Amino acid sequence: MNEAEALYDGAPLPVGSKGRLSSGWWGMVTLIATETALFAYLLFSYFYVASHNGGAWPPGGPPKLYLAIPGTIVLMLGSVTMWWGEKGIRAGRQRQLLIGLSASVLLGVAFVALEGIEWSQKNFTPKTNAYGSLYFTVTGFHLTHVLVGVLMLMMLFVWTLLGYFGVRRHSTVAIAVMYWHFVTAVWVAVFLTFYISPYLAR
Amino acid sequence: MANTDALRVPVVARPADDPSIALRLQRIWETRAGWIGALASVDHKSIGKRYLVTSFAFLILGGLEAAVMRLQLAQPNQALLTPEQYNQLFTMHGVTMIFLYALPVLSGFSNFLWPLLLGSRDMAFPRLNAFSYWVFLFSGIFLYASFPVGRAPDAGWFNYVPYSSLAYNPGINIDLYALGMVLLGVSTTVGSINFIVTLIRTRAPGMSINRVPILVWGTLTASVGNIFAVPAVSLAFFMLWMDRRFGMHFFDVTGGGQPLLWQHLFWMFGHPWVYAIVLPAMGIVSDGLPTFCRRPLVGYTAVALATVTTMVLGFGVWVHHMFATGLPPLSLSFFSAASFVIVIPSAVGVFAWLATIWTGRPQFTTPFLFFAGFVIVFVIGGVSGFMTAAVPVDVQLTDTYFVVAHLHYVLIGINVFPVVGGIHYWFPKFTGRLMNERLGKWTFWIMFIGFNVGFFPMHILGVLGMPRRVYTYSDGLGWSTLNLVITLGAYLFAFGVLLFLINVWRSLRQGERAGANPWNGPSLEWATASPPPPYNFAVIPTVGSRYPLWESQMTGQTGESTTAEGFLLDDGRETIGTSVLDAVPDVILRMPGDSLAPLLLSIALVVLFIGMLVQSWWLFGAALAASLLATIAWLWPEARLGQTMDIAHE
Repeated sequence: MNEAEALYDGAPLPVGSKGRLSSGWWGMVTLIATETALFAYLLFSYFYVASHNGGAWPPGGPPKLYLAIPGTIVLMLGSVTMWWGEKGIRAGRQRQLLIGLSASVLLGVAFVALEGIEWSQKNFTPKTNAYGSLYFTVTGFHLTHVLVGVLMLMMLFVWTLLGYFGVRRHSTVAIAVMYWHFVTAVWVAVFLTFYISPYLAR
Repeated sequence: MANTDALRVPVVARPADDPSIALRLQRIWETRAGWIGALASVDHKSIGKRYLVTSFAFLILGGLEAAVMRLQLAQPNQALLTPEQYNQLFTMHGVTMIFLYALPVLSGFSNFLWPLLLGSRDMAFPRLNAFSYWVFLFSGIFLYASFPVGRAPDAGWFNYVPYSSLAYNPGINIDLYALGMVLLGVSTTVGSINFIVTLIRTRAPGMSINRVPILVWGTLTASVGNIFAVPAVSLAFFMLWMDRRFGMHFFDVTGGGQPLLWQHLFWMFGHPWVYAIVLPAMGIVSDGLPTFCRRPLVGYTAVALATVTTMVLGFGVWVHHMFATGLPPLSLSFFSAASFVIVIPSAVGVFAWLATIWTGRPQFTTPFLFFAGFVIVFVIGGVSGFMTAAVPVDVQLTDTYFVVAHLHYVLIGINVFPVVGGIHYWFPKFTGRLMNERLGKWTFWIMFIGFNVGFFPMHILGVLGMPRRVYTYSDGLGWSTLNLVITLGAYLFAFGVLLFLINVWRSLRQGERAGANPWNGPSLEWATASPPPPYNFAVIPTVGSRYPLWESQMTGQTGESTTAEGFLLDDGRETIGTSVLDAVPDVILRMPGDSLAPLLLSIALVVLFIGMLVQSWWLFGAALAASLLATIAWLWPEARLGQTMDIAHE
């Protein structure tokens, strides 16, 4: 078995779901790839409609930033707290993970609340015009992703309390946290498109 | 085995020395008897066969639709069908063949074959595999739900707005199509993710990336293409549904929307999709031809790279479907040039197959005839595609029968011929019995002649100016004779398909029993029994070359593959995980067992889509809650899978 001996030196192999060796980690990477494509097509639709629009864009002038900027900061903070919590479990500190998860869930909910306030203050609806359809659909898609992320973090909280994770086993945490960071990163793209690009185009 | 550590040295065994190994693995991996066992099964071989049978059922449905249309068109001024019925038939024919047959049938091959080709015991995500099948099945039924009441989707398979807008198409039919496609997109996406991760994780030790079969390259490329392309069409259909049912304005000019946005999103998906439904089929040929030419594929590396290149370029040619829409000339020139460039990687494949046949010792078996016939048909379809890539020619030919001829040469030529050849080739592996060769050869010649008689005249009809999608035509335009010939050819082709089905039916019962390797094939699937046991391989094979089973027969071959000795991995359902490029063992993967969760989640998801279709929001909410609960139950960390602190070893 020369071929086999050249391939494998007989050292013990990890068993089961372990970090980047787990199928789930790669599954999440590919899921994020396809979701990134989804948001790319959403933003493509926005720019396509914007560039073919004859009149003022956005029709009611650039959106105000007084809720969107705090929302962006809140979501980014939620990624930082989660990064800190994950660092804790890597060192075996369950308490740190629980605190990080709680903080990120609260910040995620705060983002949803800020977005809800902003939606209720808009003087247009999805039916008003193509801009309205795009605005509510794209931010709505993102909001759904935040809610899914919050649900995932809540499940992690329950599973941490049940003692499932520790210094040796935390790939489930790493996989869910990757999704949470993705939700933040997508928001940055949505924010730059809807809130910043109209100011640059003026 | 009281090993409770998270690390283990896998046991190496020789199954020939210990018959109890097979019994033990059989107990671990077999699906429970009875219908609950069948519904809960996550065995990739069952799922692959289900994909094949279901997609052939859709092929027959789509074929019957075509048969009725050809009767209507056999003579001028026929009144067999009303225009409305004709619209529904050509729409459902396209939807069925392109979405419910062409990719799912290749998923069937790949699901069945991948773990066998890769020397693994299952796909990376067995439960996701079952889920993707159930969602495919249910979305197919969903798309057909309004057919029996005579209100099927009728705006063509590419469903252009404003034909498909509420104002011009007020029924539930377009909503069914829109939501059905979003649902089918879920199946395609999770299936593609499964293939990608399977390739990355579960190849046998030594099966480095430059040793995987071309079928694996084809399906991998298609899957990567899908995860980037499918979101475009799912999004487009979702937007259309919101335009129609929530008064939004994505595609509606009166609200500042853009009808052409639909075409862009559709073809950004649509063109990569064409490659997704042909590249794995080309892989079938690239792996099958060497067996019958008794030599390795000429230009393995070039063919593998051409496969990937085709898909990459395929993302940059979507506008060639829109040459007649009034886009700026600069844009047309760019996309025309890109479409010409794609000929290069396609030709690489053609020359590799020709050289393999030329320099080999061909055995004229049924699979060989289908694979060689494919090469001829592909060249004709490729040349007509090259012609329409030129903007002035396309402007003349677009929406004529020339395009119908081109797309059928491409789809039947590159998909159906390799698929039917592939069924003849792997039938012994699927069932343990060989198909009848005599009947198989008759099948090939009748299908090949019927196909060319049925579709080649369409080129001429297109040049004569017959538009596609017309339900009838007047006498005296010079189209009548050709149309009659086409109908006769189409029926001859259909008769060939019928012969094939008869051969399958008879061979299942009376076919000659096949050993492990009836064709003397080179790849790992032929190393295990026909049909394979639930665990595929008693020990994980070690791979030392591209053609592991031919090492002793080929001169100058130095690999040292073995299936006689290897990792046993019998501590529950396990397989080996290896590194991405070199396939060096780096983890023992624990595989989930059979489960009803995939089926339950699929049912909840279908109910959710029905809630959206009939706009019953309590139904939608209940199904959403059920879907979330099913997902949480599915993903609950299991000690058995090594996802929590304690790993219990049996």
